[in-house]
Amino acid sequence: MSDPADLTVAAAGAALRAGELSAVDLLGAVERRAGVTEAHLHAYLSLDREGSRRSAETADTELASGRDRGPLHGIPMALKDNMCTRGVETTCASRILAGYVPPYDATVVRRLRAAGAVIVGKTNLDEFAMGSSTENSAYGATRNPWSTDRVPGGSSGGSAAVVSAGSAFAALGSDTGGSIRQPASLSGVVGVKPTYGLVSRYGLVAFASSLDQIGPLARTVGDAATVLAAVAGHDPLDATSYRSEVPPFTAALDGGVTGVRIGVVAELLGDAIAEPVRAALRSTVAALEEAGAHVVEVSLPSFDYALSAYYLIAPAEASANLARFDGVRYGLRIAGATTEEMMARTRAEGFGPEVTRRILLGTYALSAGYYDAFYGQAQRVRTLVRCDFAAAYEKVDVLVSPTSPTTAFAVGEKSADPVAMYYSDVCTIPSNLSGDPALSLPVGLDGAGLPIGFQVMAPALGEAVMFRVAAAVEQLVAFTDRPALATSEVVLP
Amino acid sequence: MTARRDVGDFEAVIGIETHVELQTASKMFCGCPVSFGAEPNTTCCPTCLGLPGALPVPNEQAIEGILRIGAALGCELVPYSEFHRKNYFYPDLPKNYQISQYDLPLCVAGRIEVDVDGETAVVGITRVHMEEDTGKSLHVGEGGRIADADHTLLDFNRSGVPLVEIVSEPDLRTPEQARAYGAELQRIVRALGVSDAKLEEGSMRFDANVSVRRSGTATLGTRSEVKNVNSLRSLQRAVAYEIERQVRLIESGGAVVLETRHWNEDTGVTTAMRSKEESQDYRYFQEPDLVPIEVDDAWRARVAASLPELPATTRARYRALGVDARTASTLGDDPALVALMDDAVAAGADPRLCAIWLTGEVVAYLRREDVALDATPLQGAHLVELASMVGAGDLSATAAKEVLAGVMSGEGGPRGVAEQRDLIQISDAAVIEAAVDAVLADNEDAVAKLRAGDPKPLGFLVGQVMRATGGKADPKLVSTLITARTAG
Repeated sequence: MSDPADLTVAAAGAALRAGELSAVDLLGAVERRAGVTEAHLHAYLSLDREGSRRSAETADTELASGRDRGPLHGIPMALKDNMCTRGVETTCASRILAGYVPPYDATVVRRLRAAGAVIVGKTNLDEFAMGSSTENSAYGATRNPWSTDRVPGGSSGGSAAVVSAGSAFAALGSDTGGSIRQPASLSGVVGVKPTYGLVSRYGLVAFASSLDQIGPLARTVGDAATVLAAVAGHDPLDATSYRSEVPPFTAALDGGVTGVRIGVVAELLGDAIAEPVRAALRSTVAALEEAGAHVVEVSLPSFDYALSAYYLIAPAEASANLARFDGVRYGLRIAGATTEEMMARTRAEGFGPEVTRRILLGTYALSAGYYDAFYGQAQRVRTLVRCDFAAAYEKVDVLVSPTSPTTAFAVGEKSADPVAMYYSDVCTIPSNLSGDPALSLPVGLDGAGLPIGFQVMAPALGEAVMFRVAAAVEQLVAFTDRPALATSEVVLP
Repeated sequence: MTARRDVGDFEAVIGIETHVELQTASKMFCGCPVSFGAEPNTTCCPTCLGLPGALPVPNEQAIEGILRIGAALGCELVPYSEFHRKNYFYPDLPKNYQISQYDLPLCVAGRIEVDVDGETAVVGITRVHMEEDTGKSLHVGEGGRIADADHTLLDFNRSGVPLVEIVSEPDLRTPEQARAYGAELQRIVRALGVSDAKLEEGSMRFDANVSVRRSGTATLGTRSEVKNVNSLRSLQRAVAYEIERQVRLIESGGAVVLETRHWNEDTGVTTAMRSKEESQDYRYFQEPDLVPIEVDDAWRARVAASLPELPATTRARYRALGVDARTASTLGDDPALVALMDDAVAAGADPRLCAIWLTGEVVAYLRREDVALDATPLQGAHLVELASMVGAGDLSATAAKEVLAGVMSGEGGPRGVAEQRDLIQISDAAVIEAAVDAVLADNEDAVAKLRAGDPKPLGFLVGQVMRATGGKADPKLVSTLITARTAG
């Protein structure tokens, strides 16, 4: 048998139930893997060795006694370090939260624990989830397992990298403008941003509340659906959480695409998209058509303004969400002669440059006299994006596009040019503005051997058709490559 | 104090912002209990402490409470309302933004009437909106203000308590009207049972916006906002002080500055806190963690049906029953008195007599004994019995008060108490006549004076008869008998 760390969630679960492996074995496998890869990747900010060991042992005892909590029982998973874990440091990769230990678990954490998952550790991110490369971490950048001189994408780059490298079977990330899908694309894994409101945000440290959504990263479409099913559903602690029953989406994965109407987004086919990415899109779409789907090109003109609107709305909300980090009650405090000076110095020293930039941008966009021209106008664009999506879904069942305009870029390549970095999210942002679900899965490698992602978008609560199309693509393209670093053997630098 | 105040040829324009803490079971956006006086920082959770990742969920009981306030103030309950974030940094504001409402408040365009010395003024209610309270700062060290404190202690028990803000139109013209407006709001809120509205505990707070202008001019003067007004009396005093300050300032060639001023209860003056010029830009925007509140006709009807009788209606009803304005107003202030009054009147008691007893002896007893009305055995039926005893001449007005106190202290029903205390009046005319004749016979000088047309000895003679009967004769009857016997 190959290294258990490379198994899918489904296969690991089957091995557990067949008695071939224990949860402690699975945990040992990912810890051995992390022991090799972390020196190259720096994807974990912290490993909860004691807690995960206890959970794995409990899972083994329960499974042995016939208490089966379902498909995640005994499965080692990772959490992006912006989700609160009771008693375990939660930093958001920011200096301002260094040493901060939450007194409560996020709803997703409670649900994963209830499902019997073993939480291995907390993964690196761009500070407060602001970035597209996981370079904006106060604790150092994360590298791409496919090529360690490349970024893994961001902001959930740590979660994408551990799933890609095999130091976790699956992970949770958060997606505000593409922060699950873009790193999934750059790191060659599956990443899902669910419908806004499907997964509780309670305990997710907020970046932009009207856009943030937690979702899974996994190595297969089926595994991603399994993880999503475990954390989705109404939460009375989140007023924006969906109250109705979640439509089932794990059952019909192998339903195929015969008769499914697929729209290719015209605005995301242009020169700004790298040629290998466009080529992969074309061949994937051709395969879908071959398999019986009806493919048409669809225009969503407002997509051209979505990026600009996003970079007003998200910073505006962030400017308020991050106001609570003031040194008064928790986290970093830099002393000052007055309360105002203490707050100002704490924030100046506690936040990194990208977070500071966005707080300033958002504060400005909401200022008296500028509100309507910036924030108000951005909200109108957001309405247009929703209308464009609604019109498109009159004609098609799903929309497809590249996930990212490029494959993984070099570490440092875009650090000095924020706008070039922001452009990484051009394909993913519209789904955050509309609140609709979207997914990225790997469909091939470019000439440099770097993975290329393919995005499937669906209308609100349309997870079932989104997963069905993605599962069909997964079968059609049969992408089975693994990064060179996915090994537990010692790799020479 | 009179409603007209001599401020030369100036007229004052006053608007009042009122904050009312709702006494809901839990806070506005979390499940923590609302409690006054708990140990510091014992009734808080991740949400009301503003911990990273915590989210607000609106309290339906609080929304119900504000809608009832809005309906009682004659407001329109708007069909679509939103929460906004009001952004400013302050240590006792844990998120450094307050969840409040901005351009889409729950209730708009109401009005109430206030009376001062029989003159009625209509006061417009601009809006009533929902927000959350802040924590409390205790500045330790010199002066008790943040600027000169050694350190500051923070208590987040109050953080997140549901707070209703009621904004009036600038329709008030005198300090007396300002006070009457505050008192009327307090009565309404208490009648609704949504808050105890205690000014001294801060569950009701006023900010007064005051400006002056030359009488007859239509444009508004520059206003100041007076804060820290902790009683109805200080609301009136603070407004009066501010009017005089502004008039004096203008008359001496100065100009009023747009600013926030602090009322000092001890010195009786207002002092500048901060200039509104440097006031903050609150950068309001829609609260993305909450969804809009939609109030439909069915909800509006439910709210309307849930309203109790409002104080103004109660007062009008009692006045129609012959109760004087002041007594009607005092009665109307206390829902417990209103319940007892209505109970007694419905059972046939004389309304005027009941009103006098309730606002006189009953209130005095409660204050003296420091008990609540419902902790005494007093019932409407007792008042009916008492009134009928007085009507039948069995009990004097003075004795009735004593009997009332006896009933309230649990000695029994009115007749029992009156008998036990030996207070039943002599209603047998023959007994009284005999006593009158004996007294007249013993006081020939006084009788002679009376016959000569000098009325002075009448009181003396009545007193002698009362003494002879142990105070149990009806003094009116005695007086009539003496007059009749000494006539002509």
